[in-house]
Amino acid sequence: MVKDAADPIVTADGRTIGDVLMDMRGITLRFGGVEAIKDISFDIREGEIRAIIGPNGAGKSSMLNVISGFYVPQEGEVWFRGEKRPPMKPYQVARQGIARTFQNIALFGGMSVLDNVMTGRLTHMDSSLLSQAIWWGRAQKEEVENRAKVERIIDFLEIQHIRKTPVARLPYGLKKRVELARALAAEPKLLLLDEPMAGMNVEEKEDMSRFILDVNDEFGTTIALIEHDMGVVMDLSDRVVVMDYGRKIGDGTPDEVRGNQEVIDAYLGVAHD
Amino acid sequence: MTEALVSIPALLARNVAQFGGKPAYREKEFGIWQSWTWTEAAEEIEALALGLLDLGIAPGDYVALLGRNRPAMYWGLVAVQMAGGVPVPLYHDAAAEEIAYALDHCGARFAIAGDQEQVDKIQDVLDRLPGLEHTIYLDARGLRKYDHAALTAYTDVQNAGRSWRERFGDELQRRRDGLGYDDTCVMLYTSGTTGRPKGVVLSNRNIIETSKNSSEFDHLRPGDEILAYLPMAWVGDFIFSVGQAYWTGFCVNCPESEDTMMTDLREIGPTYYFAPPRVFETQLTHTMIRMEDAGRIKKALFDHFMAHARKVGPDILDGRPVGGWETLKYRMGEALVYGPLKNTLGLSRVRVGYTAGEAIGPEIFDFYRGLGINLKQLYGQTEASVFITQQPDHEVRSDTVGVPSPGVEIRIDDSGEVFYRSPGTFVEYYKNPDSTASTKDAEGWVATGDAGFIEKDSGHLRIIDRAKDVGKMADGRLFAPKYVENKLKFFPNILEAVVFGADREMCCAFVNIDLTAVGNWAERNNIAYGSYQELSQHPRVLETIRGHVAQVNRSVAEDEMLSGCQVHRFVVLHKELDADDGELTRTRKVRRRIIEEKYADIIAALYSGQDEIATETEVTYEDGRKGKIRATLKIQEAEVVGDSQRMAAE
Repeated sequence: MVKDAADPIVTADGRTIGDVLMDMRGITLRFGGVEAIKDISFDIREGEIRAIIGPNGAGKSSMLNVISGFYVPQEGEVWFRGEKRPPMKPYQVARQGIARTFQNIALFGGMSVLDNVMTGRLTHMDSSLLSQAIWWGRAQKEEVENRAKVERIIDFLEIQHIRKTPVARLPYGLKKRVELARALAAEPKLLLLDEPMAGMNVEEKEDMSRFILDVNDEFGTTIALIEHDMGVVMDLSDRVVVMDYGRKIGDGTPDEVRGNQEVIDAYLGVAHD
Repeated sequence: MTEALVSIPALLARNVAQFGGKPAYREKEFGIWQSWTWTEAAEEIEALALGLLDLGIAPGDYVALLGRNRPAMYWGLVAVQMAGGVPVPLYHDAAAEEIAYALDHCGARFAIAGDQEQVDKIQDVLDRLPGLEHTIYLDARGLRKYDHAALTAYTDVQNAGRSWRERFGDELQRRRDGLGYDDTCVMLYTSGTTGRPKGVVLSNRNIIETSKNSSEFDHLRPGDEILAYLPMAWVGDFIFSVGQAYWTGFCVNCPESEDTMMTDLREIGPTYYFAPPRVFETQLTHTMIRMEDAGRIKKALFDHFMAHARKVGPDILDGRPVGGWETLKYRMGEALVYGPLKNTLGLSRVRVGYTAGEAIGPEIFDFYRGLGINLKQLYGQTEASVFITQQPDHEVRSDTVGVPSPGVEIRIDDSGEVFYRSPGTFVEYYKNPDSTASTKDAEGWVATGDAGFIEKDSGHLRIIDRAKDVGKMADGRLFAPKYVENKLKFFPNILEAVVFGADREMCCAFVNIDLTAVGNWAERNNIAYGSYQELSQHPRVLETIRGHVAQVNRSVAEDEMLSGCQVHRFVVLHKELDADDGELTRTRKVRRRIIEEKYADIIAALYSGQDEIATETEVTYEDGRKGKIRATLKIQEAEVVGDSQRMAAE
């Protein structure tokens, strides 16, 4: 089922997916005696939308946390852009070009949307604290450049009208969009989305799906996402990993996964005659 | 002036010569206002026109434009005319089906689309449009993977145009010079409360004469600013943002997005402003809601000075004598309340403001006039290039629509229907000579379809209702639904109302609550609700609405002629009437026939004396998919002023 790295993969809409960006090899993660992830291997390729799905407690969020460097697996190796990644602090992972959004929104509630998105540019700022404090020279130039980038993202995600609104005042669906904006502001190589559609109504889901597709298309960002909504996953992603009880039970294009008997039994429910 | 000003491109050339370096267009993008001078705008327009020639546009070709208000879309309108074509702006929130009809009806060869959403709508119906050869898009986002055989970016068309200047320059000049006063300037589809939309053909004469007259009427001048935020397919936007803007040479500002309109309004501070009553209502509702949350001193100050503004503000604005103390107090109010409030609303600089399309509530109207904003009413329609009547400064009232606009003649026929004749009177309905003949007679008189009369003392026109909606009740009394609906809608809690009663024994009504106002009230009173539907059926909401209806009934009863129109029974609907469901037109006018068909079960229940009705309604989502909602509606009895009428459900 797992494709060899050398095989070019052609997606449903006829695109060829590029090289391996991230390779998870034999990952096992334990919390005390509980094995959250059992010997899982899969890869994420450049430019694709990769989904990780599975029933509650399957280990999806743990997997995402391994990718983002928040959890260090007991066994297995994480390879990123052709190099084996040593255990890292989350900020080091961010510097490597991995950004994420959270299932339970993690924004600065008292700050405006604009300021929140600007924090996403943090890894791209290197003027000194002093020059930032007096807003002089390099710091000034840097801020103008960063603001211009941020404004493009604000335009892209259509959140101009709430630019100056404190995040705490926003409805849920918009907060999710602001989180995505902040993650995008970091100009990541790999964007991790933890249940981007959770708790949304149909129209909000459609909007979010469009934004995810457009981000992938427009910026060429590789996206790995966890999602419950099967319809959304099958429409959005190029390839899907299916997990159940910490094991990988399927991996392939949405059509392949849909036809996999084990997946159907475990996740989509057993079909009765 | 050497060149005759007989077309929009000719006016453009004059403006470049006269105001070349002054701003013609602004648009907020990436958080900053970008601007284009007349010279720059002319260059962009010419490049696009040359690009259209490169694509093979022939004189008389129809080009559809679909998108929100952006400078590039306005340039499209002018460029199409410059290249000899006819621009057809369409409502950008129209469904694919409606767009297909218009594109097919005018046989458009080209379309200019604002973004992916609009391109998608066109592509959805492309197989039914053999005439459509090429689509030009503005915002490239999401379109990269599309087949570009018949799809080109706006800037690419312009660049091609620029590089072919030598080859097509002479041809463009020839076409531009060939434009005559009686050539078509624009074609606009009327939303139509009944039947298929009709393509209204307006000539350069219509647009330019009307723009000239109306600009002079209100002393518009270069240096004025307007915010272009109303649909480009609407005739008013074409007159304000193209006709008057080009005639006068003022600047057209485009908002950053539809949702930022209020912020952009405040930043631009237009001097000439148009909004339908709904926008004024919303602004007022928001202000009132926010004042409820203000501190006690601020609230007291606001209430005190607003009461004063209502009392003397309109008189001061109209230049009528007001006592010295009153004037002084008004000045204090200006410093403390009115000025800051106008600034927050973005209306500080408004010199001329208009509202039209629907009747505006007298309280709302007086609120804005009281603040010192010169808000006036006009009465118009697409077929008249907007202006039929308008209110001159110092002669403004909420219950009339003003005197005939310059150059317009008015006559009322025996049945009470209003007719007009003017330089702005449309040429014809495209490909529809029957409708043209039944609307416009040989002498050029046009039937408005509205019933009204001219007040003897003031010479102002008053509109009662749509002529075809004015009917008789079963016992022969006069039935004018809109008259009652407007009174109902003046309550902030009521968003929409539909009154039935033609050929019936009594009047009944549908009411839509206003979610903003009622939701805020619910929050304040700790009333929990999970959905619009639940809130709409809450006993206390029903009680409030019942109070409003009773109040309207008392007011209706005062007018002897219309006392039969009192509402006996009504329901608060479980969903908002929506243009997507075909219940309203795109300009938000009620489509009675469709509503009567769709909700036949509820209407039957209203007249049968039931006290509740279980119903199921189909709704259309924004993307065109359909769903169903179910509800049980409690039918309400309203208090009626007892004249000779029988009580409702006996």
